[in-house]
Amino acid sequence: MDENDAILKFEDTSKRFPGVLALSNVSFAVEKGTVHALVGENGAGKSTLIKILTGVHKQSSGRVLYQGRDLHFGDPHQALLAGITAIYQELNLAPTLSVAENIFLGHLPKTGADTVDWAAMRAKSRDLLSFLDGEVDPNALVRSLGVAKKQVVEIAKALSMDARIIIMDEPTAAIPKKEIDTLFRIIRMLREKGVTIIYISHHIDEVFEIADRVTVLRDGRVVETRNTGEIDEPELIKLMVGRELTKQYPYHPGAPGAEVLRVENLSRRGVLHGISFSLRAGEVVGVSGMVGSGRTELLRAIYGIDPISSGAVYVNGAARRFKAPRDAIEAGIALLPEERKTSGLVLLMSVMDNIGLPSLQKMSTRGVMRDRELARTSERMRSLMNIRTPSLRQRVMNLSGGNQQKVVLGKWFARDPKIYLFDEPTRGIDVGAKVEIYNLMNRLKEQGAAILMVSSELPEILGMSDRVLVMREGRIAGEVPRERLTQEAVLKLAIGGEKI
Amino acid sequence: MEQDNESKPSLGLMALGALRHQVVSITIVMLLLWVILWWMSPYFLTVNNILEITLQASVTAIMAAGVSFVIYAGMIDLSVGSIFAMAAVGGGLAYHWTAKAEFGTGASVLASLAVTIAIGAAAGILNGLGIVVFRIPAFVVTLGMMGIARGIGFIICGGVPIYGLPKAYTEIGQGKLGPIPIPTVITLILFVAFYFVLRNTRFGRFTYAIGSNAEASRLSGIKVNFMIPMIFLICGACAALSSIIEAARLGTMQPAGGNGYELQAIGSVFIGGASISGGEGHIFGTLIGALLVTTIRNGLNIYGVSAFWQLVANGLIIIFAVAADQIRKRR
Repeated sequence: MDENDAILKFEDTSKRFPGVLALSNVSFAVEKGTVHALVGENGAGKSTLIKILTGVHKQSSGRVLYQGRDLHFGDPHQALLAGITAIYQELNLAPTLSVAENIFLGHLPKTGADTVDWAAMRAKSRDLLSFLDGEVDPNALVRSLGVAKKQVVEIAKALSMDARIIIMDEPTAAIPKKEIDTLFRIIRMLREKGVTIIYISHHIDEVFEIADRVTVLRDGRVVETRNTGEIDEPELIKLMVGRELTKQYPYHPGAPGAEVLRVENLSRRGVLHGISFSLRAGEVVGVSGMVGSGRTELLRAIYGIDPISSGAVYVNGAARRFKAPRDAIEAGIALLPEERKTSGLVLLMSVMDNIGLPSLQKMSTRGVMRDRELARTSERMRSLMNIRTPSLRQRVMNLSGGNQQKVVLGKWFARDPKIYLFDEPTRGIDVGAKVEIYNLMNRLKEQGAAILMVSSELPEILGMSDRVLVMREGRIAGEVPRERLTQEAVLKLAIGGEKI
Repeated sequence: MEQDNESKPSLGLMALGALRHQVVSITIVMLLLWVILWWMSPYFLTVNNILEITLQASVTAIMAAGVSFVIYAGMIDLSVGSIFAMAAVGGGLAYHWTAKAEFGTGASVLASLAVTIAIGAAAGILNGLGIVVFRIPAFVVTLGMMGIARGIGFIICGGVPIYGLPKAYTEIGQGKLGPIPIPTVITLILFVAFYFVLRNTRFGRFTYAIGSNAEASRLSGIKVNFMIPMIFLICGACAALSSIIEAARLGTMQPAGGNGYELQAIGSVFIGGASISGGEGHIFGTLIGALLVTTIRNGLNIYGVSAFWQLVANGLIIIFAVAADQIRKRR
């Protein structure tokens, strides 16, 4: 490798926060015009690295060379001007403004009279967009676009600033498979134009598909930097977690018991149509289907969030009508929502307060909290769920995604529900923590809980379910038992028998 | 799975789309209200009464025009009613001081107008600085300013209203350009200018950008800490301008004046389709909103409903306007 081709070089870069060494003597180089993947578990130091690149943080020691020169950014805007842009999972766009305005937000084109030159802005946006993805209209409001199109706008915005390095943080986390292909096509086009991409993802298969090189971080150190052609998947995972994951999906058959939940002919106008199934104690039932097939809506309807137009829900054989989530909770049902950060947790509150949230009634006397009981329960959940936090008083927002999900599990587990509704239980969680969540699911199963698991990750569905319900357009298209569970069987039902 | 939306929109669909635009729907609501009021009292829909409504609406409309910037930027200003009084009284004192020095009536009136606007602008800048320097919400800073400005208004004039304004001043409020009252003309010019600013200048677009996503704006290089004081400057100056119109109409400056006007101004902006969370809204929506608020007041006046009930009506209007915004969002 020719050293001169490196657009970016870390040399013994360290970053110390009070009490934590986030990066420790990191050294690696990123070559110009390549796709360089950055992988590692949550807390490995990826985000700190990016924040140094984008001028949010400054390294404590060591050097960062950008185009051969030391990198000195006082603030994020200087990084943008220098040609380094980061596209985060939480996209930084102004939703009520047009696509064109978002692309040129910091540098609106001017007319001679110093007013905004709408015509030039639209024309330039159209050029950029037609290069990237012809379907995006510069006049559309960003709010009206899907996540994938919003990413295109972010990329166009970066290009309008003449970006040389584009950092993508989990770009595929929230977009459907078809759009991922479009994204990859765009990434390849950018690479051909000489733009360097730093690609961060938990999805190992994507790394192999799109990246030229990969750097593995663990506990703030660089474990290895390799060409993707010289390494295979199991080896990369091993480098990431520091141990061999014997099984990515630790499935236990278990012994299903009595029926605990039965849904009969459940409908919600325009969304769900005549859904019937049952769930037995000690089994995990996967729910698969395309985006928009009604998976999440099914969970919401069962849980009493959305009203149902007809049909019935039976818990332990008794018909129940849940008018609000509270009724469902009382009946022993717990929901782990898709949007962990907005619906599952109160980010600003401590681990302990979050765990206590659904159990306040149980843990208070005439409205006064029994603090000691709450502390005891939280401590128990911390050790049961293996929640890694310096203290129970730590705010949940400071925990990694995997640990946040364990807090959500813990808060429900403390109430000992018999039915769990999981919506995307491992989204945005690293490989190691995923396995921990699966082990917890197995444990719940052994204790006789029933789990209904919605997931868009097919391997997860195939790996952990006792049987799978496949949804299509608000209906159950079919059920696949474990013995016949294959990717083809599920996809066929999800798409509707056509060729895949 | 995916549906094709390529089919041409029918006329009915287009009409529905236009209806979803708040400015259009609120205009229709206002026209309907006018028809109802006209049906109840033929006196209502006369040219004279309509012009009267635009005259009455001008104070609310001008104040609301300034508040629009603040709300589009995702903030709120509760202090405009108090700034209104402080700026008016300050301008009144400036008139009488300079009148004593005998520079001529014209010069004194100009000095008074300049002082009023300057006080409003300064109070606005202080609001904005309070927000960016102390990093506290606009709600809190302007709530504080609401008390401060009201107090200072009373202090500087010793609680005594100011009278004795010359015709050159009162003409601003009572004069006419042909059949059209001068305040109506000023209001129209201001709104057209603001329409241009909001649509065609960086300042205007940044105002929406900050309200839509302040973090993204900052990361895109917009100087948010400069923008916010400027946005509040506009708001304070507009409150001051509206106080000039009212002082000129009534021929007096009252330290207790403008009480509750913030309610009408904020209400007008929300009725006009602005979102409580910022980032959207149309300045002509605000104008129609102000006309609607005034129409309701005018209508209630005609039917002899007490001013106390009008306050109740105003409060309800704000709540329903924001509720309508929330319902639209849920769709």
